[in-house]
This record gives sequence, structure tokens and C-alpha cells, in this order.
Amino acid sequence: MTWALDHIGDIMFRAGQHAWLAGLPLVLGLVIALPLGWLAARRPRLRAVLLTTTGLLYTIPSLALFILLPPLLGTKILDPVNVIVAMTVYTVALLTRTVADGLSSVDGSTRQAAIAMGYGSFARFRAVDLPLAVPVIAAGLRVAAVSNVSIVSVASLIGISQLGYFLTDGYARSFPTEVWVGIVACLLLALVFDLVIQVVSRFLTPWTRVVAA
Amino acid sequence: MIRFEGVTKRYADASGTDGGAGSVAVDDLTLEAPTGKITVLVGPSGCGKTTTLRMVNRMITPTSGTISINGRDTASLDVAELRRGIGYVIQHAGLFPHRTVLDNVATVPRLLGTDKRTARSRAMELIERVGLDPAMAKRYPAQLSGGQQQRVGVARALAADPPVMLMDEPFSAVDPVVREQLQNEFLRLQSDLGKTILFVTHDIDEAVKLGDQVAVLRVGGVLAQLDSPAKLLADPVDDFVAGFVGRDRGYRALSFAAAPELSLTDEPTVRLGAGADEVRAIGTPWVLCVGDAGEPLGWVRAAAVESEVTRSVLHRGGTVASTTGSLRALLDAALSSPSGRGVVADADGRLVGTIRAAEVIPAIEARRDAASSGAAAPSGAGTGATTSAADRPAEEATAR
Repeated sequence: MTWALDHIGDIMFRAGQHAWLAGLPLVLGLVIALPLGWLAARRPRLRAVLLTTTGLLYTIPSLALFILLPPLLGTKILDPVNVIVAMTVYTVALLTRTVADGLSSVDGSTRQAAIAMGYGSFARFRAVDLPLAVPVIAAGLRVAAVSNVSIVSVASLIGISQLGYFLTDGYARSFPTEVWVGIVACLLLALVFDLVIQVVSRFLTPWTRVVAA
Repeated sequence: MIRFEGVTKRYADASGTDGGAGSVAVDDLTLEAPTGKITVLVGPSGCGKTTTLRMVNRMITPTSGTISINGRDTASLDVAELRRGIGYVIQHAGLFPHRTVLDNVATVPRLLGTDKRTARSRAMELIERVGLDPAMAKRYPAQLSGGQQQRVGVARALAADPPVMLMDEPFSAVDPVVREQLQNEFLRLQSDLGKTILFVTHDIDEAVKLGDQVAVLRVGGVLAQLDSPAKLLADPVDDFVAGFVGRDRGYRALSFAAAPELSLTDEPTVRLGAGADEVRAIGTPWVLCVGDAGEPLGWVRAAAVESEVTRSVLHRGGTVASTTGSLRALLDAALSSPSGRGVVADADGRLVGTIRAAEVIPAIEARRDAASSGAAAPSGAGTGATTSAADRPAEEATAR
């Protein structure tokens, strides 16, 4: 506890870096997964291809991806962009299926009514399908957020600064306190992400909390 | 006017290996839904009635043939524009769960570019017009009963005041009591609005009740008969239509015959609270009880009155016919009355007199004789295809 308080500045600084490395890919991944999921929901054949491909991306070990990306992107090994890109890949892998499922979950008669009222396909996506898919997408985002926070810590093995540093450093120095501090800090950060997503989702879906007639 | 000309919808076979023509959902349909009238498409499942409906707003594309609305070929119009000009109501209402009732109703005006304020005030008018409490406007669809959701569905379809409405089994998913309410209000609304309506149902009773004309389709999408409800009941073209129209059609056809002026018998009456002696003094086994305004309340069995007439001893089985009602209501009042004397009330619900079934029958006979002597109307149907449903004899009321 004393150790944690003595190093609170460093912990907060690395937590900020960790949040950035895990959070930005969450947003980027969602932005990419939305059109992919939309395509998958519209075209059954494309759906199988898209979901299998994106699903496979998640099986690439993170350490391998951190090392493979620099030659592909032309970045330096220590460039945080590698981590951002890798985490975005994982987020897309997790969210494409969620977005597709969320968009497909819209009730048939609601969809039919929207078409019959003269919504074009993009307008319908924006005004009907997407708002109704928010609860499902938010659930997927929560999984992706926790997954990102956990995977980012691996990046300390290639020297990118974030909370994972406390794990590798503590291990190297045989100093368990520091390892525990790193674990608890990661956990708290994951909880904050989770809370933010839940609050935003609640704000966007007032209709889900009404009492049925 | 919606006009179908030689419209066929053929689906490629699911197996698709034999190179066959595939299954035909709608077969060379030619049909006109006249302006301002309700045309009902009815038939068993697989008769292509919903397919026919959805081809009008191009949710399904016909394989061949043309569909025109007021002379304009629908295939030549912009699809979104076409749809925004057609009201559409479906079985489970299909409301947007994430929008309030008010915003659901305002949907099409908003799509057409009406500003939010105007669209909402128009939506509010319609919410009241379809018989919903204005307080419902702020609720979400999940907070409404099935019947209320269906009313919102109708209001939403009417919001942009489209001349044409497509209704696909809109009242099928609600319970019979609510269904009847919705049907009656729908007829009332239509008598004000005079929309050109294409209405799909599998329920022949609903078809006969709501339609100005009824198109019976058989499996495979072939039009079997297109006629007024009265003609359909009186003169089915073949065994299929006869079987589909069902039993009791002679009796049901009387719904479309206005009650003629018949001489009614004056009925002695008692009020609530009348003593047993007063009731027995009338001398008949059943005595009619009326309310303060002279409205019939129900029959009382004289022998069952112990001290005075109370609501609990009233017999509730008898229906009340109206002088402005149908022959069917008149006959039913007589048949359902425990005394055998059918209760007849005026338009305001006050007792006018009673009539026996034996006195109604000659009126029915006379009507048939008059019809068969006139060559122009061999079926004897009282109303033609062009008579609006709203002009029909009023439905019978139940004695209260």
C-alpha cells in the first residue's frame, strides 16, 4: 500500500497511457466494425466470410502481432502505433459479429414497417436498425474493452509504457507488491471502461427501461 | 384507384434443379380497387393475398403485369417516394420500439421533410383521432396494449394523409372484443377519410364486414370471385367460394338488407324497482324492463320476481334491433329473446316495440320475391359494390 502511494504519480501516468492504448482502438474498432457488421447483416454469404475472417484475427497471439506489425506498417518497434493498430484488429474481430447480430436482431415487423414507410437502406440503418442494436453492441463493447485492457499489458514485453510495466518490472525484481499493484490497476481501469460504456448505453436506450403495459 | 393488370408473381423453385417454372404466388391477377373504397383480399394461406398487397408498394416486384395507382404505373415511380405516399399497416403494428408514440406517428411526415414541430402537432391530432388518450403520446410502444399499438399503427399510416392505404391483417393479433372495436372505429374513420384501401385478411367475416368489395383468392393466387359482400354471400360462383364463405351465409347476407318498416307491437313495460304484483298484473310470463330514458334493459321472468325487479333478475340474452338496422339484427332480436318477442329501439336507443320472428320472415320473403322479379339484381343483394361500408345498416347492439 505504501509502495503504491509512493508511486501514485507513476501509476496514474501509466494508467493514462494504458487507457489511451486500450480505449482509442475501441473507438476505431467500432467505427470499422459498424460497416463490416452492416454488410454481414445484409448479405448472408458475405456474413460467413466476414465473420470467419475477423474471428480468425483474434487468434493471432498479441506478442506476434506487436512484432509483425512494424515491418508491415513501416513503423519502429517501439512505436505505440503498433499497439493501437493491433488492438484495433482485436476490437474489429470481436465487434463485427456483435454488430451483425445486433442489426439482425431487429424485429421483422419493425423492419418491414420501416421499409414500407420509405426509408432508404442507409437511413434505415441510421434511424432504426442501429439505435435498436445499441444494447447488443454495448454488450460486445464491454467484452472488447476488458479484453483490450488485458491484452495491452503484454506490450510491456516490447517496451511500450503502460500498466503492464509493473508486472514485468515486479517480476524481474522478484517484488510481488509491484505485480499486485499492476493487476489491481488494470482491474480498476477495466471497471471504469465498463462503467462508461454502460452509462452511455443507458443514455442511448431510454426505451429499454420502461415498464411494460 | 389501384389497378392490377395481368399481374403474376412467380418464385424460382427452391430446389431449382429441374429447370421448372417455379411456384406461382399470384397468377395473372386483374383487379381494380376503386378510389375511396375498401377492397378486401381474402383467401386461405398460400393464396397470394399478402404478396399481392406488397407488390403495390414494391416490397415485392411482380414477375409480369403492371400495377398503377391513379393511372400512374408504380414501376415508373421512385420507390421511396411511392412508399411515402402509401399508408401501411401490418399485423403486429411494427412500431419502432425506440421511439415514443408521438415520434412513431410523426415518422413519414419527418421523412417527407416536414419540420419536427408541425409533424408532431399533426401526429398529436391523429393520436386523438384514432381514439387514444393524448397522454399516451409520450410513452414507448412497449408500454401499450396490443390494441393500442394497433391504433398507433393506423395513426402512423395516416400521418402523411396518403390517398392509398395497404393493410395486412391489421386486426388479427388482438382479442375478439378489441378486434371488433378496432373494426368499428376503422369503418367510422374511413367514412370520414374516404381512403382507397386494399385490406388483406384470412377471416371471411372480417372481409364481409369491412369490404365495399371482396376479392376471394384461391391457392396459387387465382382470383375466384370479386363482388360486393352481399353478392358474395348470396351468390358464390363455385364450390370453393361457397365453402370459404362458410355456413349461415343466408342468415349473414341479411346484414346487408336494411330493416323495412314493419308494424311493431306495443310492449307493456316495467321499471327497475317495480313490485312483484305490478309485474304479474301484466299477465305474460316474460315482462320487458326499461330504464328511465325508455331504453330496454332486459326481460324479467314474472314468476322469478320475489319482491321487486332488480338488475340481478334481468335476462341478458336478448339482442336489441334498431329501426335503422338490418334485417339480420331484427331477426336476431326475435330469435334471441326469451319471450320470442324481439326488442326494437329507435336510433336513440329508446324502446319502440317488439316483433316476432314469424313477422320478420314475410319481410325476408317479400325481399326475395322483389329481387327475383327484377332482372337487374338476380341475387337480391341489397347493396351494390359501390355502396360504402359506412352506409350499411348499423350493427346490432346487445341489450344492457
